[in-house]
Amino acid sequence: MKKIYANAAEALDGVLTDGMLIAAGGFGLCGIPELLLEAIKDSGAQDLTFASNNAGVDDFGIGILLQTKQVKKMISSYVGENAEFMRQYLSGELELEFNPQGTLAERMRAGGAGIPGFYTKTGVGTVIAEGKEHKDFNGETYIMEEGIFADLAIVKAWKADDTGNLIFRKTARNFNVPAATCGKICIAEVEEIVPRGSLDPDAIHLPGIYVHRIIQGDHEKRIEQRTTRKKEDA
Amino acid sequence: MPWDRNQMAARAAQELEDGMYVNLGIGIPTLVANYVGDKDITLQSENGMLGMGPFPFEGEEDPDLINAGKQTITELARTAYFDSATSFAMIRGGKIAAAILGAMEVDEKGDLANWMIPGKLVKGMGGAMDLVAGVGRVIVVMDHTNKHGDSKVLKECTLPLTGKGVVDRIITNLGVLDVVEGGLKIVELADGVSEDEMRAATEATIVN
Repeated sequence: MKKIYANAAEALDGVLTDGMLIAAGGFGLCGIPELLLEAIKDSGAQDLTFASNNAGVDDFGIGILLQTKQVKKMISSYVGENAEFMRQYLSGELELEFNPQGTLAERMRAGGAGIPGFYTKTGVGTVIAEGKEHKDFNGETYIMEEGIFADLAIVKAWKADDTGNLIFRKTARNFNVPAATCGKICIAEVEEIVPRGSLDPDAIHLPGIYVHRIIQGDHEKRIEQRTTRKKEDA
Repeated sequence: MPWDRNQMAARAAQELEDGMYVNLGIGIPTLVANYVGDKDITLQSENGMLGMGPFPFEGEEDPDLINAGKQTITELARTAYFDSATSFAMIRGGKIAAAILGAMEVDEKGDLANWMIPGKLVKGMGGAMDLVAGVGRVIVVMDHTNKHGDSKVLKECTLPLTGKGVVDRIITNLGVLDVVEGGLKIVELADGVSEDEMRAATEATIVN
């Protein structure tokens, strides 16, 4: 059971194909699998569908795959920070399926848990509910949403051991956990691979059963909205 | 004088009770955190955090620590982190006592529109639909009229909805309104705002 690969290109070799549905972790630019996205760009894989909360910015994150027109469709909750995205969407080159953020997270979680559909109140009475099954429970109306079963999941974690047990850092955990679980294959890029036995088993955020390939690398970890306060304001 | 942004935020902060877990939206709602005073309030950030702290000091920004508006923030002694599915499980599951959100339109049935203007750039709903459907109480904070002077408190929303029948209370620069059977009820007027001014600026049915 060798899960560690030398780099992102090697980790993607044999699993990345044209037309795939890829679940990607991250929120904004926080905790995105930046090395794997770069390697997907270099691979030239085409017609990809991404289930990802956001679409990156023009020159970072999934945005780099929009520049090269490798993305056919996005399943996202918010795509506000990406001009090229808007251009392709408005010109009809790019398909977009908006999911409420919690619905997207739960669709991934459900897919990973073998649950093909679930009912939620989110979106009832809005455009999101159009064409979906409605069902009443205890006098309240819910709509059915489907689990996401991705061909590939790409995620970013802080630390991994060689068995794929993952630990995330602060709010960089976000979609990485549900995305990882819903992929047939999951590749994790981490800041540090540590020896087996050095992670506290009680502190593992995602057990290695969900993680098939691991790479370690340097991350830019770009900040989207650098917001600070002055010391004298405190 | 109608309330300014900070006065609206201060009024919204009065809605919060000791011990509450609360989600604050972007814009004026974010300012509410400045007015909670001694109340023990835990702020949720839907990207996966309870116990959101203030902005960091210059040089102390952490790219792994942001709020739902993607701004750098800090943690507190009480902070807990979790993944997005868990975050929205606590929202959908009704564990968050209240959400304070901005709005483009609200109507007398409690319908809320705050995510999309057809024909304009569509950015997405983010977590707004989940929040309004799941939290205990939805409080909208917004200007009473738009920049053309038209009422944003309507008989029926014209924009695509974020949620249907979800709003409990509306706090605007003119005062406070509750969504009740048959329409909206004036709860409070901003200092120096007359009931006539409030009624004139409100398209929705006022029941009192």
